[in-house]
Amino acid sequence: MYTQSFNVPDSPGAKTVALAPSSEDPALQAAFDARIDADGRIEPQDWMPEAYRKTLVRQISQHAHSEIVGMLPEGNWISRAPSLKRKAILIAKVQDEGGHGLYLYSAAETLGTSRDQMLDGLHSGRAKYSSIFNYPTLTWADVGVIGWLVDGAAIMNQVPLCRCSYGPYARAMVRVCKEESFHQRQGYEALLVMMTGTAEQKAMVQDAVNRWWWKCLAMFGPPDADSPNSAQGMRWGIKRVSNDELRQKFVDATVPQAKVLGVTLPDPDLKWNEERQHYDYGQIDWAEFWETVNGNGPCNKERLATRVKAHNEGQWVREAALAHAAKKKAREMKDAA
Amino acid sequence: MSAAVDYLLHLADNALVLGQRNAEWCGHGPILEEDIALSNVSLDLIGQARLLYQLVATLKGGDCTEDKLAYFRDTHEFRNYTLLELPHHGPLSGYAQSSLEYGTTIVRNFLYSALMALLWEALEKSANADLAAIAAKSLKEVRYHLRHSRDWLVRLGDGTDESHARVQASLDHLFAYTQEFWAHSPAEAAAIAAGIGVDVTTLRADWDAIVDAALSEATLQRPAVSGYVTEGKQGIHSEHLGFLLAEMQSLARAHPNGVW
Repeated sequence: MYTQSFNVPDSPGAKTVALAPSSEDPALQAAFDARIDADGRIEPQDWMPEAYRKTLVRQISQHAHSEIVGMLPEGNWISRAPSLKRKAILIAKVQDEGGHGLYLYSAAETLGTSRDQMLDGLHSGRAKYSSIFNYPTLTWADVGVIGWLVDGAAIMNQVPLCRCSYGPYARAMVRVCKEESFHQRQGYEALLVMMTGTAEQKAMVQDAVNRWWWKCLAMFGPPDADSPNSAQGMRWGIKRVSNDELRQKFVDATVPQAKVLGVTLPDPDLKWNEERQHYDYGQIDWAEFWETVNGNGPCNKERLATRVKAHNEGQWVREAALAHAAKKKAREMKDAA
Repeated sequence: MSAAVDYLLHLADNALVLGQRNAEWCGHGPILEEDIALSNVSLDLIGQARLLYQLVATLKGGDCTEDKLAYFRDTHEFRNYTLLELPHHGPLSGYAQSSLEYGTTIVRNFLYSALMALLWEALEKSANADLAAIAAKSLKEVRYHLRHSRDWLVRLGDGTDESHARVQASLDHLFAYTQEFWAHSPAEAAAIAAGIGVDVTTLRADWDAIVDAALSEATLQRPAVSGYVTEGKQGIHSEHLGFLLAEMQSLARAHPNGVW
C-alpha cells in the first residue's frame, strides 16, 4: 500500500521544496527536457538535473518507507486473524508490502543513494512516510477497510506513476499496482463477508469506515492550490494527475462500493452534483493532517520506534552475515591461490 | 479413524503453532529480506496446517471445520511438539516478556525442518493417500525452510564472536526439546500400527547426520542433553502455549457466530 501524494518535505516546517532545474549544462538540460516533452523515459545512466534526482530519491524513498512502516498497522492483526484463511491472506498481503519496499529501495538505489542512507533518514526522523500509517488499527475490520479504502486510494495515486518519467520507478509501480489492486479486492471481499455476519460484525465494519474515511481522503495530499511542488512534478513527468483530481476520482469510485457494502460514509455533505457530474464532499481537516505528518499523530512515535527497534536488534544478524561472507571469500581466495 | 485423526492433529498443530510463531517476525525482521523470508515460511506452515485440518474435518464429519480445530480447541488438546510453541528468546517463564531473538528462530526452524524434511519424505508413502499427497507438497516447502535456516545457522555460527555466542546459547536452550521427537506418543504408535504414520526413530540417524554436518560448518557445539523430555504432543505443554492460543483464538472466540 502507500501513501499520501508525496509532496511533503522531509524536514518539518517548510511545506515545499521546489528546486529550480539545473542550468549547469544547457545542452544536457535541453536533451533532458526534450526527452521529458516527448514523454520518454529517463534511465539511471542518463544525465538528469540534480533537482530531478533529489526529488525522485525523496519521493521513492518516502514511498519505500511507507511500505515498510505500513506493515505495522496491518501486521498488528496477523496473530489474531479470525480464520486460518484470513490469516494466510493477511500475512501474504503484509509480505507483499515488504516486497514493494524492497523494489522501491532498489529503484531509489539506481539514483545513487544506498538503502542504508535511506533507512538512516527514516530512523533519524528526517524522512517522511505516508501519514495514514500513523493511525491505529483497532479492530479486525480495520484490516478490511485498509484494503478497501487505503489501498484503493493508493491505487488511484499509483496507477499514474506507472507512466512516471523515471524508468525504474515506473517499472516497479507496474508490479506494485497489480498487487495493490488484488489487496483492494481482498479487503473489500473480507468486508462483504463480514456484512453478512452478526450485528456486532456489521457495527465493527461501520466503525472502521468512520475512522478511516477522512484519513483516506487526506492521503491524496493538500488541495492543488496549496501544493506548489506538484507543478514541478508535473513538468518532470513524475506526477501526472493533480491531488484534487485523484481525490475526486476516488470519491466517485467509492460511493457506489459503499452502497453495495451497506455502510454509510461519514460525510453529511457527500452528495451527487448533477452539474459537475461528480460527488461533492465536505471539508478535510488539514490542520489534523499536518499535525500528523509533522510527528504529532496518534501512532507516529510508536511506528518509528518499532522500526528503529527492529533495525537495532537486527544489527548483530546483519554484521554476522557480512562477517561470514568475508570469511568465506577469504577462504575461497586462499584455496584458489 | 481415530488413529489417523490424532496423528494428523499432531502434524497440523506443529505446522500451525510454528507458523503462528514465525509470523511474529512480520514487520520486525533484522533485514527486509528476512522479514519476507520468514513470512513465506509462516505461510507455507499455515498452508500445511490448513490442508491437514481440512482432512481431519472430513474424517470427523459433522460440523467440524479447519477453523473449529484451530480456534476452538484448548491448550491441552493441542498436539504440537513443545519446541514449536516456545517464544523467540531464551528460557523465561510464561508471562515474562523479552524481545524477539533471531538466533532462537533460526535454530528452531533448523531443528524442526531437518526432521520434517525426513518425515514428509517418509510420509509420501503413507497408507492414507490424502496424507501422502500433503506430504509431497510439504516436502518441497520444507526443503526450502531447511536450506534457509541452515544457511543462517552457518552465517550466525561462523559470523562474529557475538553471533557465535548468541546462536550457541539458542542451541543450548532448544536442543533438549528435540528429545521429544524420538519418544513415541500413543497417537504415533497407533498411526504407525495402522500404516498411516512413520516411526520417527527410524529417521534419527539421518537427522543426526544433517544436524551434525550443519553444526560443524557453523563451528557450533552440539549440546549433550538429558533430563526432562517434553510432552507437548501428548497435550502436556509449556507455559507458553496458553498465551499463544489466547491471542490467536481471541477474536474468533469473541464472535463464535461470526463469519469471516
